[in-house]
Amino acid sequence: MDLAALAIAVPLLAAAGLVGLRPLLPRWGAQVLGVAAAAAVAVLCSIVLVRARDETLVYWLGGWRPRGGVAIGIGFEIDQFGAGAAVLAALLAVGAVVFSLRYVGETDDLFEALMLVFLAGMVGFSFSGDLFTLFVFFELTLISAFVLCGYQIERRAPLEGSLNFAVVNSVGGFLFLFGIGLVYGRTGALNLAQIGRVLDGEPADALVAVAFGLIVCALLIKAAIVPFHFWLADAYAVARTPVCILLAGVMSELGLYAVGRIYWSAFSGAFTGAEGELRAILVAAGVVTAVLGALMALAQTHLKRLLAFVTVSYLGLMLAGVGLLTAEGLAGAALFAVGDGFLKAALFVGVGVVQHRFGHVDVGPLHGRGRALTVTAVLFAVSSFAVASLPPFGSFLGKTLLEHGATSAGYGWLVPVFVGVSALCGAALLRAWARVFAGLGEPAEEPRTIESSGEEAGREGDEPPGRRPWTMLLPLAAFIVAGLAAGVWPGLADGTVAAAERFVDHRSYAVSALGGSAGPPRAAIPSGVPHWYDWLYSAISLGGAVLVAWVTLQGRRPARPLRRPLSVLRAAHSGHPGDYVAFVVAGTAILGGLFTLLLT
Amino acid sequence: MSAPALVVAAWLLLIGLYGVVTSRHLVHLIVCLSVAQASTYVLLLAVGFREGAKAPIFGDIPASSPVVDPVVQALTLTDIVVQASVSALLLALAIQARKRFGTVDPNRIGELRG
Amino acid sequence: MSPAARSGLFLVSAAGLAVLLGLALGGLPGFDGPLGDTAKLIATHAVAQRKASNVVIDVAFDYRALDTLGEEFMVFVAAVGAVVLLRTTRDERDEAGSAELEARRPPETSDLLRLLGTVLAPLTVVLGVYVVSHGQLSPGGGFQGGVVVAAAVVVVYVAGQHVAVPRGGPIELTEVVESAGAAGFAIVGVGGLIFAAAFFENFIDPGSQGSLLSGGTIPLANVAVGLEVAGALVLVLVELLDQVIFRRGGGK
Repeated sequence: MDLAALAIAVPLLAAAGLVGLRPLLPRWGAQVLGVAAAAAVAVLCSIVLVRARDETLVYWLGGWRPRGGVAIGIGFEIDQFGAGAAVLAALLAVGAVVFSLRYVGETDDLFEALMLVFLAGMVGFSFSGDLFTLFVFFELTLISAFVLCGYQIERRAPLEGSLNFAVVNSVGGFLFLFGIGLVYGRTGALNLAQIGRVLDGEPADALVAVAFGLIVCALLIKAAIVPFHFWLADAYAVARTPVCILLAGVMSELGLYAVGRIYWSAFSGAFTGAEGELRAILVAAGVVTAVLGALMALAQTHLKRLLAFVTVSYLGLMLAGVGLLTAEGLAGAALFAVGDGFLKAALFVGVGVVQHRFGHVDVGPLHGRGRALTVTAVLFAVSSFAVASLPPFGSFLGKTLLEHGATSAGYGWLVPVFVGVSALCGAALLRAWARVFAGLGEPAEEPRTIESSGEEAGREGDEPPGRRPWTMLLPLAAFIVAGLAAGVWPGLADGTVAAAERFVDHRSYAVSALGGSAGPPRAAIPSGVPHWYDWLYSAISLGGAVLVAWVTLQGRRPARPLRRPLSVLRAAHSGHPGDYVAFVVAGTAILGGLFTLLLT
Repeated sequence: MSAPALVVAAWLLLIGLYGVVTSRHLVHLIVCLSVAQASTYVLLLAVGFREGAKAPIFGDIPASSPVVDPVVQALTLTDIVVQASVSALLLALAIQARKRFGTVDPNRIGELRG
Repeated sequence: MSPAARSGLFLVSAAGLAVLLGLALGGLPGFDGPLGDTAKLIATHAVAQRKASNVVIDVAFDYRALDTLGEEFMVFVAAVGAVVLLRTTRDERDEAGSAELEARRPPETSDLLRLLGTVLAPLTVVLGVYVVSHGQLSPGGGFQGGVVVAAAVVVVYVAGQHVAVPRGGPIELTEVVESAGAAGFAIVGVGGLIFAAAFFENFIDPGSQGSLLSGGTIPLANVAVGLEVAGALVLVLVELLDQVIFRRGGGK
């Protein structure tokens, strides 16, 4: 599967070329190179995805095949979820680079180079079958992302957002490494399949539980699960739109993918018999995140921060799906991630267009001004409804699979949670839309967040605002179409469930990597979605969203009983890196403690 | 026999994190991140060490002599480079913070709230 | 959160974390066990297969070359990031004006220091090149050697001569060197694809153990990484030192 390796080499070489040849390359040449490289990655990853449909692709780098079941090199283990994540990342990257074509400025070649390295990091992360390689590409993604976040260094907010991002995720990095050290000490292996084989033999003890806890916490920091999520709103609020597209659309979702991959390939054997407890812990974390994210989203006036909290909330839903530890839950989370990824990207592009035109990103100064941007208004409204699970978009299909998975796993109470959370998030989006694009509701009071110091959010580009260029609307429309395609592509639901069955089968994963024999593969049960009641849930979600949006549009203060807890919640998001790290340590201690107590 | 090394690793992690949480100076915060990261180097190397074994350089020793684990040493090398890159950039941010906010005290830098 | 609340939360959590770490670390095998499976295979087999004496470098550049590729590009991003994050804004440039020229005068240092610097800087570069090229034979390698070369810049600075950084000259050269190194390493990997079966597969004859060109692609990879790390770190150091001088003139 040399194409997989090329999919990483090509963007890296292009990035090096963009930097090294900077004095020689004209601006348009650099732009073409950037788009071409991203498009090439998309093509390569799509081919890999098609080939991964029949069997998990195994590729040993350096030609180092395992000897006697012991892996001595680094292996790629590419199944449909990994390949799918890589394709998602690449498509979003193409859209992001196209969006950024209007940027003018001397260092913008560097912007494209960094985006390509970011993409390469995510692709490598999705393909890897080796624990340390996962770490390396995790850090590569982190470092390019945080430079991209702080790109507009002339302003204060990007500085702070980037700092918080870097500090919190660095802490995640060393938690991850500590976990790797522990695992390596016990198993002598870094290849996920080999680790799985060694750990399969004995029941888990404290070392295995703590190592798993450390690694999962590091990944949950990236996936912005409560209480590790504080950095995300700060980072998204200050990053330029093309960066937000990649961050929101795929980077955090990759954290959850890695949790699934590491659990299923390496640790599921060790924790057999304790699945119920693990399920409870992960689902609880997901639900808390989902609800908290939704509440914070409703309280925001800064458009990007609002979208950030909606992202956090939906990541919580995805964790609940993954945490169900069943193929159907996993499939639902995956499909939801894909559909939602595109739609979230579309929303960020919409906000980017507004920011480009008016230079503001807070609802207050923007009240009613969006009426001038009719196309954007319509597309933004469509995306908002789609995110609140409007059929037949991908997010609807994903959510129905999640709801089914929850019910079959005995967690039927999750269904009203899913419905309620999407209603609240949809309400936050619709209310923002109504204020900005339709001029409804009272003009909001003085913005309380970033712009409160009087600084503008800053324009997206350095040119005077003019009519919105097609390079910005094109990605917006394309992402919505992609989100729709994720919902209507024939056989997608069943195919995803089948892929999930393969994903969770760690014995056959080990066989494909290291040789040996395993039992017969598990048969996939057709999912038969969507049923009539799924349409009903969706209708309730949408209706609820409109209702809550309407109610909160009228009055500006939240209800009396909610006011105190809401203000405590908002105060916790203080922007101080020390606070965030304290929460991370607390969360790690709690999760690690729960794992040790309940899973050994 | 390996307990002291492992205790050092755990201690470095915790004390580094303490420094990050209670820091009042960005450069101090960044150095504390390095200290916490150093705990992983110690852990990795301790995991790979073997009593009585030699360094995995076969220039002068016979090819069959016992050596310590070369894989963790390569991992530690990667780890150090990662930390160096992140620190360099964080320090750049600290310089910019001094320029924009006039202070490097994380308690007094504050634009992003709520 | 108030500082007291923050410390309190941390101390409680850290106590819990300490207990967990203690339990986990207690489960690790001691220093007397055999090496893990992967390490055992590599340690016995690396010299025979690759004729490289330094097994650690062998692991980093051959068995686990992809990790090194990622790590190398992290250094690349650090350099690019330093340029991005430390670029002066338009207002700053206007403010600076002639004050900048004044500020660029380096701090006064003694003659002895300057003499030492003049002697040490080229020695440091030579040492760095030695470490890079002998990576496969003795402890060292591309990363370590590259850092030593970059340290020559610091030696020069400490000895009192500000390293000149006009735009459009040396800066761009370091960028080119750095990118060439980064690309070079990736190209070695692609070469594996073209000439052998897999990405990063060693496609050059290993040579004999102990000679400078042993290890197949490893010396090439070492040089590429050495170039890249040296270039990147010089860029980062120069950017940071530039700031110091600039600030000293402008702010204080």
